Amino acid sequence: MFVASNSVPTPEIVWWALLPLIVFAVSGLLLLTISSLLKKEIIWLAPTFSLTAGIFVLISAIPMWNRIQNDGPLSFLSNSVGIDRSTIFLTSLIAIALISTSILARPYLGREGIPASEFYVLLLLSAAGGVVMAGANDLIVLFLGIEILSIAVYVLVALHLRKIESQEGAIKYFLLGAFSSAFLLYGIALVYGAVGTTNLIGIKNFLATSILLEDGMLMIGFALMLVGLGFKVAVFPFHAWTPDAYQGAPTPVVIWMAAGVKVAGFAALLRVFPLTFSTYVDDWQVPMAVLSGLTVVFGSVVAVVQTNVKRMLAYSSIAHAGFILIGVQSSSMDGTAAVLFYLGVYTFLASGSFAIATVVGGEGDSNHDLTAYKGLAKRKPALAALFTILLLGQAGIPFTGGFIAKLGVISSAVDTKYYFLAGIAMVSAAIAAYVYLRILMAMYSDADAGEIKDIHVSKGVWVVIVLSSAVVIFTGLIPGPFVEITRDAVPILVGG
Amino acid sequence: MSVVIAASSTATFPVLPSLLIVPAFGALVVAFLPRARKDLTKLVALIFSTITCALSLWLLSDFEYEKHSDTFQFLSRQSWISDFGISWSFGADGISLFLIVLTGLLFPIAFLAVDPEHNNRSYFAWMLLLEAGVMGVFCSLDLIVFFLCFEVVLVPMYFLISRWGHGNRSYAATKFFLFTMAGSALMLVGIISVAFLHADSTGGSITFDLVEIAESQSITRGTARWIFLTFALAFAVKIPIFPLHTWLPDAHTEAPTAGSVILAGVLLKLGTYGLIRFGLYLFPEASHFFAPVFLTLGVVGIIYGAVVAAMQKDLKRLVAYSSIAHLGFIVLGTFALNTEAIVGSVLQMVNHGISTGALFLLVGMIYERRHTRQIDELGGLQHSAPLMAGFFTVVMLSSIGLPGLNGFVGEFLILLGTFTAHRWWAVVATAGVVLAALYLLWAYQRVFHGPAEKENAEMTDLKTRETLVLLPLLALIVFLGIYPKPVINRMENSVKDLVVHIEKHVSGFAEPVNRHSLGEIKIDIQQADEGH
Repeated sequence: MFVASNSVPTPEIVWWALLPLIVFAVSGLLLLTISSLLKKEIIWLAPTFSLTAGIFVLISAIPMWNRIQNDGPLSFLSNSVGIDRSTIFLTSLIAIALISTSILARPYLGREGIPASEFYVLLLLSAAGGVVMAGANDLIVLFLGIEILSIAVYVLVALHLRKIESQEGAIKYFLLGAFSSAFLLYGIALVYGAVGTTNLIGIKNFLATSILLEDGMLMIGFALMLVGLGFKVAVFPFHAWTPDAYQGAPTPVVIWMAAGVKVAGFAALLRVFPLTFSTYVDDWQVPMAVLSGLTVVFGSVVAVVQTNVKRMLAYSSIAHAGFILIGVQSSSMDGTAAVLFYLGVYTFLASGSFAIATVVGGEGDSNHDLTAYKGLAKRKPALAALFTILLLGQAGIPFTGGFIAKLGVISSAVDTKYYFLAGIAMVSAAIAAYVYLRILMAMYSDADAGEIKDIHVSKGVWVVIVLSSAVVIFTGLIPGPFVEITRDAVPILVGG
Repeated sequence: MSVVIAASSTATFPVLPSLLIVPAFGALVVAFLPRARKDLTKLVALIFSTITCALSLWLLSDFEYEKHSDTFQFLSRQSWISDFGISWSFGADGISLFLIVLTGLLFPIAFLAVDPEHNNRSYFAWMLLLEAGVMGVFCSLDLIVFFLCFEVVLVPMYFLISRWGHGNRSYAATKFFLFTMAGSALMLVGIISVAFLHADSTGGSITFDLVEIAESQSITRGTARWIFLTFALAFAVKIPIFPLHTWLPDAHTEAPTAGSVILAGVLLKLGTYGLIRFGLYLFPEASHFFAPVFLTLGVVGIIYGAVVAAMQKDLKRLVAYSSIAHLGFIVLGTFALNTEAIVGSVLQMVNHGISTGALFLLVGMIYERRHTRQIDELGGLQHSAPLMAGFFTVVMLSSIGLPGLNGFVGEFLILLGTFTAHRWWAVVATAGVVLAALYLLWAYQRVFHGPAEKENAEMTDLKTRETLVLLPLLALIVFLGIYPKPVINRMENSVKDLVVHIEKHVSGFAEPVNRHSLGEIKIDIQQADEGH
């Protein structure tokens, strides 16, 4: 070997495994550069950039999946990044959320007169952050991912400059988000203090082999990390920002927040709690179970009394987060697979539902009251039919993907003998059904003549809505293959 | 879905899966018919429901009842979500057989009898989907598939009530949906718990197979009782058992005529059928333990339903409350836990479907003509519509339980069986029969007798189509009244097996039988056993 003895060894990098991250980050930065150099904005440039990046990542996921299936998961960069099939699965979901947001945003941004390039740059960077979270093997990397993701989303929420609600939502989201980041970081610091490493594998091995005489610091670390991550996925009682941020944010951004950010947040939760802290499951399982139960109940009950559809869907997304957290707290392989399945279905449910909210919202993004949906079945029968499918899916009605998703997490709760939690969750699901029924009732009731507003649905938006509904039905009728994929995608820690 | 057909385990034609697939496929076809061809929708819907009906009749003719076997017939099985151990597993026995046939019969009749006022396509599509769901409940032998079908029928029924109903329909539909969904919410937890506990104790993999779980009875007694309650709650709401019945009068009254027919005719039977199949069979010990509660609630339902029915001013509401009373009888018979009473219950499920279905059709026909269901505003209809009055008389007498008509056979068997097992409950329940005569005859008198005023005098009699729709129901009412033997024969073996199953798994329980006939032999056998 001719390598000089004085060269500094650099960590090995497996470039192909970082492809999604590179694509998102580079295209985001490239777009930023190009659009700042252009004198006049080219309307199609930014959405095309973002869409191409999303589709590219989605397609590249297939060979990556196959390669990891054959060669096994891998970790590199001094074990700070770990790529397994869960990374690929969650990255694909992030890409799907990115694609639907991009499609929805194009007519929206034009209509509302919001500069397009910034929007897509931030979206791409946020997606890059999500991908980092899905492949993080180190608490610091995880934190970096969360910050990249979050800061971009704070700005995205505030992007509707002429709407005061947008600013209000962004400020709330930002202030609370900054606190939660601090909590998370403090939690990470305490865990580091207790175990002496931030590497997930290092922590796992340490906890498996050593017994801490004083584990108070570790416990507080767990708690603070749970708070920080719970905030990102809007778990009660750290959910307070959600309704306001969802209501105020430009509706396409809500798709990203509900689908993309949630996926990334749960990716982090899965990697940290059931995977890394598995030996201390007895200590964090009960608090997490309590939180998940409270979240489901709170989200369902409060959603019922809303009159604004975006707020309804916001609270229902809190309830969904509670359901997903039930799967996380079970800390089993089945539970984790159920979480992944739920995240997959919810990505489509949220994309489709908020896409419809976007088009019904109309000019000024203000038409979100329940009355705006009156008579939708008469005006746009196809749209109403598809929204029916999506709402029934959200309610978890049999033969939709929503049911199979709920079945999975409820099974995992029963499996770990949390019968009470399972019961509470199911009863809340029945309560939440009323929320969706209210929207259905409005759609199929007769509209007053004065309230009718024209609804324009562009071709791309149709594609998002139709595909989302199709996936919801398909995963409900033939769930077998999807279940198998999610079981294959259960994360594992490698390296060390 | 063709996969299901291709891969079914038996070589013969998979008739049970087709009972689901045909209407479900029909719903899809109807939904995508061209909007311009409105005339086609009803025809297509009718064709699909008639095929389903023919399939169910074929099932009836192929059913072997003399060969005494404790297994289900027409078994077919196709794995669905193998990772969860869920499969499309179907089978029919003497208990579900006639409910399947009833479903097959009532849907074409409901299609023929009433046309929707608007949106034909979606109306018929929802109806066919409803039929598929109901068939699924009666045929499935997999707990999850059963739950799926049990839940999914809510959606079509919700839309049928809320879009084609009367008056306060959206309130009624929502109430119906939320009550039943909340009721069955815990059942899903129960189902999953059963499967996991079963897998734990047998050491096998997770399965939701009803027969396997029911036969092994591997769950401890206390746990099984809790889980039984989650099932019972779901069924009690669906049936509905007093005091969970409040959704029923609203839903029945506001539903369109065909919706009421199906709701009363088959949908309520999902609950009573569930109690037998997933109550008695799956949890024999718990059913026996809680039987007094259900007997009492059944009797309360009988009396309460009858008393409240007598007070009603709205004819349709009256029929709705009479359902609560009738279903009280079925619950009573089910938990008497002997062959006569359970056979009576199953028979009464069919009878109630026929006679209450016919009653709702007749009330619908009156409403179509007079645009009112208020008993006060009707009167003397027999002068203007003698044929209708005649039909109404027969159907009403069947509902009262007049000997010679179908209602009598079922109620008699129930009371006979209950009397043997729990004398005083039967005594009180018998009062319900008297009350039924009271409210129905009184209603009949007020609607059809007396002088006919203006609009009532001008009311047209039954049209040919309406007569043709009612005739098969009437024929069944009379046939089952005078010659129920072929039906009872087909039910009896399965019910006997069920009772034996309960005896086997409940220590100290012997079928309460009439001491003056079979009972003596049985007692002798027992004494002989003790002698050893």
